[in-house]
Amino acid sequence: MATQPLLIEAPASPPEKAIRSLFVAPGMRCASCMGKIETGLVKVPGIYSARVNMTAKQIAILHDPALLPPDLKAAIAAVGFDAEPLVEAGLEAGAAENRALLRALAVAGFAAMNIMLLSVSIWSGAAGATRELFHWLSALIALPTIAYSGRPFFTSAWAALRHGRTNMDVPISIGVLLTTAMSLYETVTGGAHAWFDGAVMLLFFLLAGRTLDGVMRGKAREGVAALLRQTAPGALVMEADGQSHWTPAADLRPGMMMMVAAGERLAADGVVRSGDSSVDIAFLTGESAPVPVQPGSPVQAGALNVQSAVTVEVTAVGADTVIAEIARLMEDAAQAKSRYVRIAERAARLYAPAVHLTAALAFAGWLIAGAGVHQALLIAVAVLLITCPCALGLAVPAAQIVACGALMRRGVLVKDGSALERLAEVSEVVFDKTGTLTLGRPVPENLDKLDDADKGVVLALAQASRHPLSNALRQALEGQGVRAANLSEVREAPGEGMTARFAGEAVALGRPRGVVSLFGLASEYRRGGSATLLGFADALRPDAAEVTGQLRAMGIKRLIASGDRSDALVDIARQVDVTAIGQLRPQDKLALIGRLSAAGEKILMVGDGLNDGPALAAGHASMAPASASDASQLAADAVFLGDRLAPVPVAIRAARRTIRVVRQNFALAIGYNLLAVPLAIMGHVTPLIAAIAMSGSSLIVVGNALRLRSAAR
Amino acid sequence: MTGLTFLIPIALLLGLIGLGAFFWALRAGQFEDADGAAMRILIEDEDDRAN
Repeated sequence: MATQPLLIEAPASPPEKAIRSLFVAPGMRCASCMGKIETGLVKVPGIYSARVNMTAKQIAILHDPALLPPDLKAAIAAVGFDAEPLVEAGLEAGAAENRALLRALAVAGFAAMNIMLLSVSIWSGAAGATRELFHWLSALIALPTIAYSGRPFFTSAWAALRHGRTNMDVPISIGVLLTTAMSLYETVTGGAHAWFDGAVMLLFFLLAGRTLDGVMRGKAREGVAALLRQTAPGALVMEADGQSHWTPAADLRPGMMMMVAAGERLAADGVVRSGDSSVDIAFLTGESAPVPVQPGSPVQAGALNVQSAVTVEVTAVGADTVIAEIARLMEDAAQAKSRYVRIAERAARLYAPAVHLTAALAFAGWLIAGAGVHQALLIAVAVLLITCPCALGLAVPAAQIVACGALMRRGVLVKDGSALERLAEVSEVVFDKTGTLTLGRPVPENLDKLDDADKGVVLALAQASRHPLSNALRQALEGQGVRAANLSEVREAPGEGMTARFAGEAVALGRPRGVVSLFGLASEYRRGGSATLLGFADALRPDAAEVTGQLRAMGIKRLIASGDRSDALVDIARQVDVTAIGQLRPQDKLALIGRLSAAGEKILMVGDGLNDGPALAAGHASMAPASASDASQLAADAVFLGDRLAPVPVAIRAARRTIRVVRQNFALAIGYNLLAVPLAIMGHVTPLIAAIAMSGSSLIVVGNALRLRSAAR
Repeated sequence: MTGLTFLIPIALLLGLIGLGAFFWALRAGQFEDADGAAMRILIEDEDDRAN
């Protein structure tokens, strides 16, 4: 009879001291991932709640302060996801701005609908006291709306005017304020017309354009942040008394001893003091093979310790680290790019003075022709209103947001609209080799040497280790649909590999014993007395040759610029049929890009390593694969996901189509103005016609932009 | 015409309620994770199965 309670275990309310941590887990894709993480994490003692945000690929965890970032990371790994801690900053400012715009848009939309309702009854013949009442009601709704929703434009216009410049917001602000003042005057004096509807509608359409623009930037920002892997937020520091404490990266000082476990990233530059291990510094060199380190070896912040625990004495922190030095080089290179003027701004520069001039001329013309100040002012306002760039304001963001949405579905995250514009102008593509033309990670070459039972054993052994070669084996075998065998006594010996027992027989996966290992990457699988050598190589991306062919067909030049030895490049250069230049340091790549740009080429740099960072920042446009180092993803205009290189030509084609649609949109918007402005100057435009024409042109522009939905096919 | 004295305030009130609902939704975070919300419907709730 007892009825079950609805909630079996009511979530215990978290104690006061609980803190919130953010993690990014780019691997989350489906509903069951969310379920697994959310239900799995709360079972861990000390975690009170976990909430997944799928759009940003983030997990927000409410937990006991005693749990440190590495513990939480391990807990997420235990449910089967790779996650990295995220510092909560930067994203919030943009999101708050977008929310404010959305609120202003909602208010303007609400007011525009209600005022339109009142205006329709006036146009259909309301007169006398009714009309006056309706005008007063309209004013009542419109004045607070304009004060609230108009703020983004007023502040921007004021800022421009204060610096003696003008922008698109200046005519908008003047138009809206003048219209409102005139309408108020008409209302008070009982005149026949008021234009509150026009002013509010104008704000509504302009805000729609601006909100779209903001949403697009926010989306791309979130996407890139989700892919960003942080360099370690801190380290376990050994104190003089033998105790160890978690210390945030900002508090690390030279001379401190960091204890770095296998699988952790370093938070500062340093020198190994005890322990033998190898570190993955692919972020610095682009090389996938881990570099062995022993006491005395220097190691860099951001390096991934792959084998066993080491103690590292800190030598440089924060801005003094190698990684920070390269970041500075990148910042300097990015300066040039910030001088690029967006197409909308170029249009505004021509358009804004023309609008002022036309309205002023109309006013002066009618005065000279003998009209009263009142009538001349009315016509000037009508001209300002009708030239106000509703459709122009929507022309660019509408096209760009649709194109970026289409690209995002193809796995390309474009950071902002200007990136699309620059991508469209590209005339030469410079590729990095490792990690860009190639996958940048070892791929097993001769798995077919193993039979099915052995594959299962190898998979089970590889799953138990975090070594990069084990990861490569796991990915390749899981991709073939192999199921892991049941092993017992699984053990990992640092530097040696994995050992276990399978059906009573000793099995092992580890460093090869023979001399053969001198040639390239390899690991050895041993079962009983027999041993199989598994070779690895960095494989070319599956469609690299096809992509370079497509680029040639599009009339774009190609070049490979690599830090690798020239003889390592020959093979790849031949396969993709592209000229290659080798042995380039980051500065050399930067200089190469400078030379090509000076020769008039618009360079698209495609690279992944931190050594490509400065070149990425210096290129006219840049793209990086999602496997790239953080710094490269930050520097790149677009990030593409997956093992294929096809997103590069796809993005260029989509960008070119977007620019075409943007130009069409400009033509439509300006064509509408060319038609309507003479009518307005002659005094023939009634508010009804102005409103219909305004919304009509905006809708046409948005409709034209929607054609870009298929741009990324 | 006297109908207007009721109808206009009612129309404005209904509109304001809609606007208020939107603001509430915005503040309550309903638009924070549009992709996740679409997927959450597919999560099988283990608590339900246990019943």
